Amino acid sequence: MANYRGMWEQLGMDLESHDQLCAVLPTAFGDVYLSQENRPEAMSFWDMVVADIHGIRPAELIEEQKKGRKVFGTFCVYVPDEVVIAADGIVTGLCGGSQFWVPGGEQVLPKSTCPLIKASVGARLGRTCPFFRIADMYVGETTCDGKKKAWEILGKDVPMYIMDMPQMKREKDIEKWYEEIKDFAGVVEKFTGNAITPEKLKEAIHIVNEKRRALARVYEARKADCIPISGKDALLMMQIAFFDDPVRCTQMADKLADELEQRVKDGVSVFPEGTKRILVTGTPMAIPNWKLHHIIETSGAAVVCEETCTGTRYFENYVDEAGQTLDEQYRAIAERYMGINCACFTPNTGRVDDILRLAKEYHVDGVIDVNLKFCCLYDTEGYTVEKALKDAGIPVLGIETDYTDADAEQLRTRIEAFVEMLG
Amino acid sequence: MYYVGIDIGSTCAKTAVFNGDREMVLSFVQPTGWSSVDTAEEIRKKLLEEGVPAEESVFVATGYGRVSVPYADKMITEITCHARGAVHLFDADTMTVIDIGGQDTKIIAIENRMVSDFVMNDKCSAGTGRFLEVMANTMALRPDELCELARTGGGTYISSMCTVFAESEVTSLIGRGEKKENIAYAVVDSIAGKVASQCSRLSLDRGIVCLTGGLCECGYLREMLGEKLHCEVRTSPESRYAGAIGAALAAFSVKKKRADTGGI
Repeated sequence: MANYRGMWEQLGMDLESHDQLCAVLPTAFGDVYLSQENRPEAMSFWDMVVADIHGIRPAELIEEQKKGRKVFGTFCVYVPDEVVIAADGIVTGLCGGSQFWVPGGEQVLPKSTCPLIKASVGARLGRTCPFFRIADMYVGETTCDGKKKAWEILGKDVPMYIMDMPQMKREKDIEKWYEEIKDFAGVVEKFTGNAITPEKLKEAIHIVNEKRRALARVYEARKADCIPISGKDALLMMQIAFFDDPVRCTQMADKLADELEQRVKDGVSVFPEGTKRILVTGTPMAIPNWKLHHIIETSGAAVVCEETCTGTRYFENYVDEAGQTLDEQYRAIAERYMGINCACFTPNTGRVDDILRLAKEYHVDGVIDVNLKFCCLYDTEGYTVEKALKDAGIPVLGIETDYTDADAEQLRTRIEAFVEMLG
Repeated sequence: MYYVGIDIGSTCAKTAVFNGDREMVLSFVQPTGWSSVDTAEEIRKKLLEEGVPAEESVFVATGYGRVSVPYADKMITEITCHARGAVHLFDADTMTVIDIGGQDTKIIAIENRMVSDFVMNDKCSAGTGRFLEVMANTMALRPDELCELARTGGGTYISSMCTVFAESEVTSLIGRGEKKENIAYAVVDSIAGKVASQCSRLSLDRGIVCLTGGLCECGYLREMLGEKLHCEVRTSPESRYAGAIGAALAAFSVKKKRADTGGI
C-alpha cells in the first residue's frame, strides 16, 4: 500500500484519516471473505482488487487522465455508461458503503438520511476516498429526495451534472428519458471534447452488453441445485463491476462463470447439502457493505441471488444493438434503462414480478427484503413486496439496517429464526 | 436421560428440565447478571445439585445469551423455542404468541404447530420489559406493583415511545403532582399500545392469542393488551418458561455431543 502514498497526497487526500480506513479493511475482508472455504479460484482477481482497492484502479484512472481522458463518477444504475464510453470517457461508481464515512456526511446532512448518501457525501468531503478525488465530473440523478438535496451540497465542491429521472413509466416518460440521455450525451461530448458517433456508440453499447452478459452468466450458475459460489463472493464481483474497466470486468466474470459451470457439472457446492437458499431483495450494497450477506451465510443459509442495484437490476436486459443512427441508439438505451424496476417509480409492479420470477428461477426457500435505514421508498414498497410473496406462499423476512454493527446480533437472531422457520 | 432447555434472556435466565417421559420435572429462574457465561456455569452447578448431571442431559440453549452456554449441544433462537413452548403449554395448533422480554418483543404466528411468521422490535426498547423496569424505577415501585397500581388509575397518557424521553415525561408528571396510579396507568397503556401496534403487522384472527415472557405475570398489562387487540390474551403460570420449555422439547431430537471427559 505504501507505494500509493504519493498518489494519494497528490489527490489532496487526508492521509491520516485514510490510514485509519486502510487499517480496518484487511481485517474485515479477512474475517468475512478469506474465512470461507473452497472459494472459486477465479475470485483471486477480486481479492487482489480489494487488497489494493485504493491503489490499483485509481492509479489506472490517473494514467488515463494523463492521456486526456475524463473520469465520470456515478451513483446509480440508471446513468447510462454507454454514452460516456462512446465519448472515450471512463465511468466509475462512487457509492459509499462504509460506516467510516457516515459521520462526515452527517456534518452536512440530516441524520435521518440513508447511510449510502451520508457515506458518499462523507467520502467526498472527508477526502478519504481516491475515487471521489479522481472523478472529473459527478453525474447524479433525481431518484430520491435525499440524493437530490445531497447533489446541491456536493455540487459546491465538484462539477456535478444531474439527470432528471421520470417517476412513472408511461410512453411520455420514456420519451423524456430519451431526451435526458441526449442532453447528457451533449454534456459528455463537450466535457471530453470528443464527438459521439453512431459507430462509437454502437461499440460502447456492445461493450456494456457484453459485461451484462458475463455477469448474468455468473448468476445463471447460481441457479443450480448445488451452490458453486457464495453470495458474498458474487456480491463482491458485482460491487467491483461498478469500478472496473468494463472489458476486463467481462473477461474476469467470464472466467469465473467458466469455473462455476464446471463446478455445477461436477456437483461442487460451497455449502452443505440442504442449506436454505435465500433471495435478497431491496437496496444496494455498496462496497464494503457485506454485513447482511455475512450474517445470512453464517446463520445456516446461502444467498443465491440479489434483486438489488448491486445484483440483477445492474445487468438484466440488454440495449438493442440494431440501431444505426444516434437517435435509434439513444432510444434503445432509454428503453433498456427504463426496464429497470426501482422503488423510485410509481407504480412499480414490475419489481414485484421480477422478485416472484427470480424466486422461482433460483429455487429459493425464502426471501429477505432489506432496506437501508431512512430509505423511505424501499421501506414503503417493502409492504407490497412482502404481501405479494406471502400470497405466493414464499416466506419473507423484512429487515431494516444501516452500516453500523450495532444491530448485528439482533439481525442474527431474526435471520437464524427465519432459517429455522424454513425448516 | 434429561432434556434441558436454558433460555438466557437479557434480564433473567430460565431453565426447564424434562425427563424421558416428556414430563417437566424441574424449572427455575435467576437473574442473568453481568455475565452470561457465569450464569450458564451457575445453572450447570444447580442442575447437578438437583440431581441432573451434565453427562446424563442433552442441553439446548436459547435466548440472546445462547452463545454463552459452552456445554450446549445445540443453539436455537428464542423465536422457535417460544413458539414450541407455547404450543406445548396451550396445546393449540394455530395461535399467536406475544413474547414480551427484557429487551425485545416478539409476535410469533404459528400454524400447524410451526412458526409461520414473526415480527420483532428494532433496537428501540419501548414496549419491552426494560421500559417497564425503567419507569417503575423512576416511580420507586417494583414492576409488578406498578402494573397492579395502574388498574386503579386512568386519564393520563405518555406521548413518547422512546424509553429515555418517556422517562423524562414520567418525571415531569411526578413534578406536576399527577397521581401515582394515573402515571402507572399511562406506562402500562404505552406498553400495551406499542405491542398492539406491532401485532398489527400479523393477522391475529387465527387461533388463540397468548402471552409469554417475563411480563406475562403482570395481569393488568395482559388485560389491557386484550382490550387493545379486541381478543382474550391467555397466559399460564409457566408462560415465562415458554422459551426454556421449547428448548427442552427441542432437545429430544438433538444428538448429545461427545460426552465431557475433562470434568469442569
